[in-house]
Amino acid sequence: MINKILSTKNLSLKITITLFVVSFLICSLIYPGFFSWQNFFNLFIDNSFLLITAIGMTFVILTGGIDLSVGSVIAFVSMVIAFLLQQGLNAFIVIPLGVMIGGCFGAIMGLIIQKFKVQPFIVTLAGMFLIRGLSFLISVESISIKDPIFNRIANYHIPIAGGAISVNVVLSLVVLALGMYLAHFTKFGRTVYAIGGDEESAQLMGLKVGRTKVLVYTLNGLCSGLAGVAFSLYMLSGYGLHAEGLEMDSIASVVIGGTLLTGGSGFVFGTLFGVLIQGLIQTVIMFQGTLSSWWTKIFVGILLFVFIVLQKVISNMKTTKNEFNN
Amino acid sequence: MAAAEPIIKMAKIEKSFPGVKALQQVDFELAAGEIHGLMGENGAGKSTLIKVLTGVYKADSGQIFLDGRPIRIKSPEHAQKIGISTVYQEVNLCPNLSVAENIFIGREPIKNGRIDWKKIKNEAETVLDKFDLKIDVDRKLSFYSVAVQQMVAIARALIISAKVIILDEPTASLDTDETNKLFEVMRQLKSEGIAIIYITHFLNNVYEITDRITILRNGELIDTCLTESLPRIELISKMIGKDLEQIKEMENYSKNIGENNKVLLKAEGLASKGNIEAFDLELKEGEVLGLAGLLGAGRTEMVELLFGLNKADQGRIIIDGKEVKLNSPKDAVDYKIALCPENRKEAGLIGNLSVRENIILALQVTRGWFRKLSQARQLEIAQKYIDLINIKTPDTEQLVKNLSGGNQQKVVLARWLAINPDLLILDEPTKGIDIGTKADIQKLVLELASGEGMSVVFISSEIEEVTRISQRVVVLCDRAKIAELTGSEINQKEIMYRIAGGEA
Repeated sequence: MINKILSTKNLSLKITITLFVVSFLICSLIYPGFFSWQNFFNLFIDNSFLLITAIGMTFVILTGGIDLSVGSVIAFVSMVIAFLLQQGLNAFIVIPLGVMIGGCFGAIMGLIIQKFKVQPFIVTLAGMFLIRGLSFLISVESISIKDPIFNRIANYHIPIAGGAISVNVVLSLVVLALGMYLAHFTKFGRTVYAIGGDEESAQLMGLKVGRTKVLVYTLNGLCSGLAGVAFSLYMLSGYGLHAEGLEMDSIASVVIGGTLLTGGSGFVFGTLFGVLIQGLIQTVIMFQGTLSSWWTKIFVGILLFVFIVLQKVISNMKTTKNEFNN
Repeated sequence: MAAAEPIIKMAKIEKSFPGVKALQQVDFELAAGEIHGLMGENGAGKSTLIKVLTGVYKADSGQIFLDGRPIRIKSPEHAQKIGISTVYQEVNLCPNLSVAENIFIGREPIKNGRIDWKKIKNEAETVLDKFDLKIDVDRKLSFYSVAVQQMVAIARALIISAKVIILDEPTASLDTDETNKLFEVMRQLKSEGIAIIYITHFLNNVYEITDRITILRNGELIDTCLTESLPRIELISKMIGKDLEQIKEMENYSKNIGENNKVLLKAEGLASKGNIEAFDLELKEGEVLGLAGLLGAGRTEMVELLFGLNKADQGRIIIDGKEVKLNSPKDAVDYKIALCPENRKEAGLIGNLSVRENIILALQVTRGWFRKLSQARQLEIAQKYIDLINIKTPDTEQLVKNLSGGNQQKVVLARWLAINPDLLILDEPTKGIDIGTKADIQKLVLELASGEGMSVVFISSEIEEVTRISQRVVVLCDRAKIAELTGSEINQKEIMYRIAGGEA
């Protein structure tokens, strides 16, 4: 049993989960009032939009790609939602529309990446500039959302275990479950892993590489569109400067969650803990009281360094083991 | 068996790439239940023919018939669907996925809307059982040796109910036992009526396993014969298109050069702990010194000391009578020593640069980047070596990645010849290339030694090759020099006897 836990299989994921649990317990001992269900739920409430977009990002990174546009898409979607609601459109039309915008945008970038064989980095970088710029065409000011239906959804709380969670949390957990199902139990998901492992081989094995890659960026677009909805529900406003740098937080979550940046290895479930660890750091800094918020960045930076090195060490350990066995 | 209705018939296939006619009017037939060898030099068109058959390339003209019906094969996926599967030399599976998943991916059984992992595991075990392969199918593919990976690739082909399996150089990285095992599997498949196309450079293998052989040369079909009625020497001459006499001539090219030449480099008690034990070595001008020994015997380690890739912790190197320190390859190059390493890609062949740029690279480095060779001079040098060692390329500006493996190897060689070295070290220069190019390189080495007075160290795993071109042979075993042979001692039997630990 101990051997099984210490085996290199999924070691990165195990370390991430352990790190989260241990840190949460230590903080609970240091800071009175830290350990409560509500405080735990808050991690989800405050980071549900990050979780949703990070799940999409996990798929992109699993194929060996990257998407820098997600933060901008969230800002744009929040802007569109706020604007259309201001114009008096029904929230139940506006919300799916927001998700669709993200999906379309992702599909376009995916098609460009696939058809013209362009680096995802550069295509999504262009997308990032373009779509954030577009949000300012709608308005340079922040638009607050006063639509009653939208506000009711935003403020609706589901009581659970003595605390309460928001609709966003349910939304993000549904996306998480769907993501896990997609990744591990569908042909689409397995093709994603195969592409990340060796794209040329995947092609020669007769897998639908092109279609899958376009679908992955579309899926990520849909996720960031949905994250845009969640973000609007969370902030109750639309603004072109919303979610700035969120693409980086999202990538960081995926990597801390144990997914290899080179693709082909990782878990959607790990991304959840990547998000939670980042959320935990924020919460701790809040509880600590004297540290400034940029300490979050410092800790996340250090964590990333540690995890990237760790992944390298683990994969090296595997190669040496391999040599002994053959 | 040849008389039976062919399962696959390719008629008058043509395919051109910019500057190269890869296939011209090639016909090919494959019968059910036969093992059909496809032979030819590198660049003869074997891979192109296979890629046309598997839908990777589209033929410019010609027709393909499957079971007598004309068919257009659109993609590798389509080829697999109609029962044509390929197992490539560099196993094209996904190293990050489990063995079982590699066998099934693309046609996973679905149960209740989700992949049935249990069934995948069970069926993977069943099919590998057929090959007598008992491994943990849940482990990642990269965990296992290339031999196992190849079996997995074949298992995959079977699972997708292949009628035709193409094996592209499958034994290149297998040892004898593994090769035999593969052959057993191939015979088993054959008895089940599956047709196999087998591409290889190894003559022994072809004669052991195939029923018929098709020979291509320069994109043209030369012949298709029954294996039993085709003598080896005839096969070779069909492949390389040279007279048999020419091949034999090289055998006695020159055994007695270099006898009284002056000593160029001398190593005394040179050693590097853990890499190679202390050895003495003398290299004369104009001689070819062969290094023989099994893989890992210390051949590469020995020459790494001579090239400054590794530092010796005892002993000394004397060049032209003066003791020198070789602390880096740059030092060695300054003393006009060149090393062609074993692996083309690691050797720094840059696929996206042209033949010309690759050839002048080392020369430019020795001059320093600020004394750039003029364009005209670069062209002249490149053309000289293209002609000298017969590099098959449309022109000097062709990108190296578009050349065949053997010609890429020649470009590496040209790069080092361009600095005009006194000592040229070749580490497995003929590994994985065809007989024609092999003969070219061997001949070139002999010419360089006898004609230009260059001293050559030649490493090869093929003992026969070493005996053919060396004037002296150093035998290595377990990271130590164990013998030095000259004259009539240089023969396969003697070398094998020494490696096996025989007394002097």
